[in-house]
Amino acid sequence: MATTTVTTNEVPQRRVAPTGLALAWHRFKKSLRSPTPYLTVFGIFLWFFTYWLLCEGLQLPRFVKIPGPVTIISEWFSTNPSQGISIFTPEYYHHIAVSCRRIAIAFFLATAIGVPLGLLMGWSRAFHDYTFPILETLRPIPILAWVPLAILMFQGYETPVIFLATLASLFVTTLNTMLGVQSIDEAYFRAAGCLGSSKWDVFKHVVVPGALPYIFTGLQISIGVAWFSLVAAEMVSGDYGLGYLILSSYVNGVTVPMVIGMLTLGFVGWFTSVLVRMIGDRLMQWHVRALALQGR
Amino acid sequence: MNIAIPGQPSPVQGLAPVAKPTRGQISIKNVTKIYDPEGVNVMAVDDCSMEIAAGEVCMIVGPSGCGKTTLLNAIAGFHSITSGEIRLDGELLCGPGKPKADQGADRIVVFQHGALFPWKTLAENVAYGPMVQGKLSKKDALEKAHFKLAEAGLGDFGGKYPGEVSSGMARRAEIVRALINDPAVLLLDEPYRAMDALTKSIMHESLLEVYDRTKVTIFFITHDLDEAIFLGDKVYVVTTRPCRLKKTVEVKLPRPRNFEMLSSEEFRVLVSEINEAVHEEAIKAFQSGEREMA
Amino acid sequence: MAKVLGNSEFWRGLFALIMFVLLWEIGSRWKEMFGYSLPYVGLLPAPSEVAVAWTKVLPKWGYWESWYMSFKRVLAGFLAAMLIGIPFGLMLAVNKYFRDIFFPPFEVLRPIPPLAWVPASLIFWPTNEMSIAFVTFLGAFFTIVINVIGGARSIDVRYLRAAQSMGASQWDLFSKIILPGTLPSIFTGAAVGMGITWEVVLAAEMISGGGTQGSGGLGFFIWNSYMGGSLPQIVVGMISIGIAGYLSSSLIRIIGARFMPWRRLF
Repeated sequence: MATTTVTTNEVPQRRVAPTGLALAWHRFKKSLRSPTPYLTVFGIFLWFFTYWLLCEGLQLPRFVKIPGPVTIISEWFSTNPSQGISIFTPEYYHHIAVSCRRIAIAFFLATAIGVPLGLLMGWSRAFHDYTFPILETLRPIPILAWVPLAILMFQGYETPVIFLATLASLFVTTLNTMLGVQSIDEAYFRAAGCLGSSKWDVFKHVVVPGALPYIFTGLQISIGVAWFSLVAAEMVSGDYGLGYLILSSYVNGVTVPMVIGMLTLGFVGWFTSVLVRMIGDRLMQWHVRALALQGR
Repeated sequence: MNIAIPGQPSPVQGLAPVAKPTRGQISIKNVTKIYDPEGVNVMAVDDCSMEIAAGEVCMIVGPSGCGKTTLLNAIAGFHSITSGEIRLDGELLCGPGKPKADQGADRIVVFQHGALFPWKTLAENVAYGPMVQGKLSKKDALEKAHFKLAEAGLGDFGGKYPGEVSSGMARRAEIVRALINDPAVLLLDEPYRAMDALTKSIMHESLLEVYDRTKVTIFFITHDLDEAIFLGDKVYVVTTRPCRLKKTVEVKLPRPRNFEMLSSEEFRVLVSEINEAVHEEAIKAFQSGEREMA
Repeated sequence: MAKVLGNSEFWRGLFALIMFVLLWEIGSRWKEMFGYSLPYVGLLPAPSEVAVAWTKVLPKWGYWESWYMSFKRVLAGFLAAMLIGIPFGLMLAVNKYFRDIFFPPFEVLRPIPPLAWVPASLIFWPTNEMSIAFVTFLGAFFTIVINVIGGARSIDVRYLRAAQSMGASQWDLFSKIILPGTLPSIFTGAAVGMGITWEVVLAAEMISGGGTQGSGGLGFFIWNSYMGGSLPQIVVGMISIGIAGYLSSSLIRIIGARFMPWRRLF
């Protein structure tokens, strides 16, 4: 951290820290000098090897029913997959696209409703007192328990699935946003009051930015929960999508597409959560830079 | 309670002499504040009266958690008072029939742990007041903010976020944020509490410089005696909870102040005079063993 | 108690809940009252019908057996996840080499939603019961491990240094500092994990769907009501699960408070 110089007007001399790609390269080079990357590679290799040994190498009973890594990878990248799903079949992308579309709609709806709702609940005592008990009553009911009701209330495949994913994220987003507002230090409200803010100014300049870190933590959890519920809903009722792919493969007795579905789901889920984090970091430069200075 | 004489503004070298201040006279009359959170009355302030002249630097000294902050909060309009009245330049802030003062940009608080908005750069923070009050457009406000920051020696840091600068700089920027609104009173709530002695002395120097330039009334809460005497025109020693006025000491050190005064005989006499009163209260507060209200 | 009755928060909450039930009742009986039915809400069973359906199932043995079966499954999967997850998480947090080797595969598997494991688990395990237990275990396992790592790594290093300067052995450091320091996160993880466990048990019961009324658990109870077309009974099942989930997370909170007396202050 720069030292304070009061009497002189000299600009403190500082070395320019690398940013972006240069920084990533610097970190990468530095990490090669530690054992971490080698151990990581070893760990992943060990895991693959164990998996292969159990399923394909030794062909142990029960394990033999699960497709091993060699089978999966050769099938996944095969132009002519024997069990119907690989990166060259349009079917595969259709399932991914359908699931992603549903997630996008559900996540958008949940955020559009949940964030304003949470902001209001955190900001207004009366609104909180009237709405929070209802939320807390509904929240312990697992999302999966809503499945039959959702199917009965909304016709077709699409709406119930989206409804369930939205509901799941809505709870998380709303609660985290509310907590975010409640976590804002009282001093900021007071400072804003001192400086002559109207209610709307306080909302715009204190409540919203102050709650942002919590909102984005909430959104990251919420997108995970949305995937969780989506898969469940697609398994129980669905015509397409990755959850449906996994269950229908099981029903049809083809195991390789089932595992491909699982792994794809993991990857896509991880990717969306990284995306949310990146958007959050872009919007919260103040937060990111302060954390960086603390070495986190 | 004697009527306070405003700190005699002595001619400042190199600066245009400031006219005798006319704003920022606070009169606190018989203020009492009782908290009633759990059905048990806790008296935070008991029948406290003070007269603070326009342009005076008034230091409130007392043990931690004694109710000094309650008094400040009442002036700022964060809390209501139970009885008594507070007036600013003759106008009623709070009193009978109006327990809580309106918050306004004529009384700006600098907080104990600092309350620069961490999500705004220093310049945006400083520009905030004029902007939300509709005095300046966002662009003009930012321009003025940069200018004011440069004036306070923070010219290079306008684009930084508060989390990126030292606490000393942040605190100075907070004072700039307050002064850009041209307040009648600056309320400081132990702003330098968590700082090391060296940073603190730099902070004192810059606050004194700001005062000599603006002659704004300062209501400063602290438990650091040296700080109180070095900065203040008048030091009010208050008792531990409930907060009552125990002793008023006038500081007749000339202005502008400098660090040589810290070793003067006059300064040492004042320290020992106040120390006695404060120490007694500190022991009482310590023995009551209550967790600080902070 | 007097304090609860005296504050407005309680009364506002009560008012809101009563209004909620009332609106629901009116919404679902709209057709009887006004001749046409509301979209979506009109399809729901009225709360009074739900209450009637509940009083009908309450004396039945099968309903309580569903409770018992679901609780048993949740508990089994949850305890297994705690027993394996806590030591594994602590090892990951304490030993750098262990972490470098085992954390990456863990991270690769973690984003896969637990329910996606259901079919694979049904294939792998010989009985339905074992596959449900396995998926339940997975659901709680990842959450607990992540929380344990986070908790152990956030322990203030000053505590460790203070203990070392007073002559603590490696084992002392572990048992007296790291373990209690991680407890709050363990309990947070447990509470979240418990929620996931209920979700997973429910889904597994619905998907695998086997068994008779009793051995199917609450998930099957709901599914069965759905198949039988008994709407009020679906809602009875939902509320029952809500209560069951709430009871289990309260239990964790109570145990947590017992284990961590120093946290009660806050």
